[in-house]
Amino acid sequence: MSRQDFFVLAPYLAIAGGVVLMLLLVSFWRSVRVMVTMTVLVMLVTLGLVVANIDNPPHLVSGFLLIDGYAALFNIMFVIAAIVTALLAYGYMRGRSGEPEEFYLLLVVATLGAMTMAAAHHFAAVLLGLEILSISLYVLIGYSEEGHPPLEAALKYLVLSGVASTTMLFGMALIYNATGTLVFSELGQSEFSLPRDELYYVAGHGLLFAGIAFKLSLVPFHMWTPDVYQGAPAPVTGYLATVSKGAVFAFVLRYALITDVLEIPVVSTVLLMFAVLSMLGGNLLALMQNNVKRLLAYSSIAHIGYLLIGLLAVAVLADGLIAVEASLIYLAGYFLMTLAAFGVVSVLSSASEEVDAEHIDAFVGLFWRKPLCAVIMTTALLSLTGIPLTVGFVAKFYMLATGAEGGMWLLLWTLVIGSAIAVYYYMRVIFTMVRPGGDAGYAHSSPRVEGMAVLVVIGISLIGFGVYPSPLIDFVRSLIGITGG
Amino acid sequence: MNLLALIVLMLAGGGIAWISERFNPKAPRWVALLVLLAAGLWVIGLWVSGDGPIYAETKFPWIARFGISVYLSLDGLSLMLVVLTLFLGLVAIASSWSEIRERTGFFQFNLIWTLAGVVGVFTALDLFLFFLFWEVMLIPMYFLIAIWGHENRGYAAMKFFLFTQVSGLLMLLAIVALVYQNYASSGVLTFDYQALLGAEIDPDIAFWIMLGFFVAFVVKLPGVPFHTWLPDAHTQAPTAGSVILAGIMLKTGAYGLIRFVVPLFPEAALDFRWPAMTLGAVSVVYGGYMAFSQSDFKRLVAYSSVSHMGFVLLGIFAWNQLALQGSVVQMLAHGFSSAALFMLAGALQERLHTREMSDMGGLWVRAPRMGVIALFFVVASLGMPGLGTFVGEFLVLLGAFQVNVTVTVVAAIGIVIAAVYSLSLMQRSFQGPPNADVAAMADFGVREMTMMLLMAIALVWLGIFPQGVLDMAAPTLAGFGVGVP
Repeated sequence: MSRQDFFVLAPYLAIAGGVVLMLLLVSFWRSVRVMVTMTVLVMLVTLGLVVANIDNPPHLVSGFLLIDGYAALFNIMFVIAAIVTALLAYGYMRGRSGEPEEFYLLLVVATLGAMTMAAAHHFAAVLLGLEILSISLYVLIGYSEEGHPPLEAALKYLVLSGVASTTMLFGMALIYNATGTLVFSELGQSEFSLPRDELYYVAGHGLLFAGIAFKLSLVPFHMWTPDVYQGAPAPVTGYLATVSKGAVFAFVLRYALITDVLEIPVVSTVLLMFAVLSMLGGNLLALMQNNVKRLLAYSSIAHIGYLLIGLLAVAVLADGLIAVEASLIYLAGYFLMTLAAFGVVSVLSSASEEVDAEHIDAFVGLFWRKPLCAVIMTTALLSLTGIPLTVGFVAKFYMLATGAEGGMWLLLWTLVIGSAIAVYYYMRVIFTMVRPGGDAGYAHSSPRVEGMAVLVVIGISLIGFGVYPSPLIDFVRSLIGITGG
Repeated sequence: MNLLALIVLMLAGGGIAWISERFNPKAPRWVALLVLLAAGLWVIGLWVSGDGPIYAETKFPWIARFGISVYLSLDGLSLMLVVLTLFLGLVAIASSWSEIRERTGFFQFNLIWTLAGVVGVFTALDLFLFFLFWEVMLIPMYFLIAIWGHENRGYAAMKFFLFTQVSGLLMLLAIVALVYQNYASSGVLTFDYQALLGAEIDPDIAFWIMLGFFVAFVVKLPGVPFHTWLPDAHTQAPTAGSVILAGIMLKTGAYGLIRFVVPLFPEAALDFRWPAMTLGAVSVVYGGYMAFSQSDFKRLVAYSSVSHMGFVLLGIFAWNQLALQGSVVQMLAHGFSSAALFMLAGALQERLHTREMSDMGGLWVRAPRMGVIALFFVVASLGMPGLGTFVGEFLVLLGAFQVNVTVTVVAAIGIVIAAVYSLSLMQRSFQGPPNADVAAMADFGVREMTMMLLMAIALVWLGIFPQGVLDMAAPTLAGFGVGVP
């Protein structure tokens, strides 16, 4: 390991060291407060090291991890999401029985897995990151010991996600069989570009993308999503919807950018189908939901469908980096608004109630009872709808612009139809919040200060980046400008 | 910076109005009044100090990545519509002075933000910015209907939002398509209206892009068959909401047609001339017919708006100066007359707690001042010579007659129908035997009479001296319909 390797890996080493430290700490001194503080500290140090490394040129660590601006951008998003989740979980876990200390440990480990995927340049790294992330998530989803829903969700996720991981693994094996390499850049080189219909090559990618579609919960591989999202504790749901999907997308996007996988007709056709089905299916299934967590689950399916426009544009546009830029802006917006929406559900959820504040009736009159929560929720929902002056609109606009540049009209029409359907169910929640009454019903917990502080910051950034997105755009562009594909 | 500062002043004023509720529930309306007066004086200052054709202009880059700038410009047409907006804003505040007793702060906030959005729509000359304001005016209006509306407000608010939002998405797609068509042919990515005026677009594509804009604007206008949101929204909205919807928001549709559809796509719009004119004539007759068959005072006025705005659509696509001038006068005249009638309807509902005309009758005896005012605006609505509506409709018919006799004859029938439904409105509510159930009723006070008289004066002035309006609008309208038979 050279000196240079050491420097670029510093964020990873910091977070791994943090895990060891927290592991020791939790054995000797059990305190939730200490664990939350440690989590935030470790994450801040990691964030600092990521930012400090931004100006370094892309660096390949033993063909395994490619540390570049692209990875840094994802890492920043993951770390911020982890901080948000930790702070929200602190308020959420209070009053619930069980031992909440290890929750934060698992959260840090999961983030390490996600960061590994963001930098993966080798199938082994992908698998490693994916498993670190998934295995931590199995436990996180079922963390509240009491109650039936988390356990059901955890078991469902364990079985199905395990199957998806093995499917991907088998796909990788078949690709190795066809090409003899697992390194992305070698797969992208000309001597490995096999005939597009070479059986093992195509079959391998078929299995690989089936697994990916599961992890991204694309229609028709979405069945698990609403149940798991509903059952998981609200802060974990937010983490699951953002970091877990973001990590898989980071891998797919880089893979598509380096290799020519989208040139395989079957793959691009299937992805196109996934995108159209997810945009329509996700939005249609969300229409009649009375459970806000399930509603957001379906809406996240639709949003990943929109995001696929960016992925598919990589092969369509002359300059694939434009598509990467659009995807990253979209993902950044999606992270913010999803975290905000699930965050509001988290802070409202009370330990004394059997379920989270997830039924739509729990939101009746929220505007007049908890105005701040309601305003943040409204901002998040308007952003998810794609109303101007929110970051969601900038994100959607990016997708429209990218699609228009690439002439991808089918996808754009689907996006417009999907967004049109979505207006109804997002506005329905907003309307419920302004409706007077509803004091009976769900007993909200009183939001804690650190949770509200986090939500206010996210709320402000939702509006801030919506009104003046240039800093975000410039930041993303400067970072991926140095990836060099 | 003048124009941006004007809009920011309104947005900030809305925020202050909201906060001021904490000190006194009556404070917000005074704050709102002051904000609108200040904005009105500001605009009049620009009018007096500037000399046409451009009275004020603001332009600076905003999102450089896409060539988006903050480009606001006030020419004669915009100026008149902005003045109308601010004046009717005052009327709206006056009409809700005693009607709104709950959540006054949030009410005035929404009212002012809607108006700010409309002012933005009338001044924006950057397509991205235009779309932004287009959406910004919707959400506060949604809240106005959803929170302070009448018995069926939830349904009406959702319908209003769905119609306008979906058509807005179509327009967004059209805007992006237009910009990227221009980018493909000229190599410049810009949303600047002036730059896009000369865009070279493939005629086939231009037609579809034009249609996207057209549908969005005709939904707002509204033209048959996209009008179905209007009767519900207008009827269920609180008085101030109806005044703004009918008086101002419908004009944004007409303004969009004049400002964007015709200049940006002259050929494509010309090809679409017959369907558009037919839609206009059908709206005139159908709106009038539906108005006649209503028993609800507000619903009748709402349908009469469909009829009156049909003339505007007809006039714009008649494609000559005469008809176009008629459309502009009609826009202003309808703004005053419909706002007055909705204010009257609101005043009646506040006093009688009903909108059903069968529960009225003989009101003239109880409230003679209201009777006189009602008679004046009913007569204005049916197109009495000497009042603004007559000039507008007459000029439109005169212009359209040169182009297509059949369509003009059909539209002219609309004037006869207008006489029937207008007089029947007067007959059923104010004349006939007094309804025994109505014991006593307060007549109009000073506040209401002042507003009504101001609107009456405006209508008379439009009717007797329309040349001033025509001169102001002339630079904007110059170049329309040149070289077309």
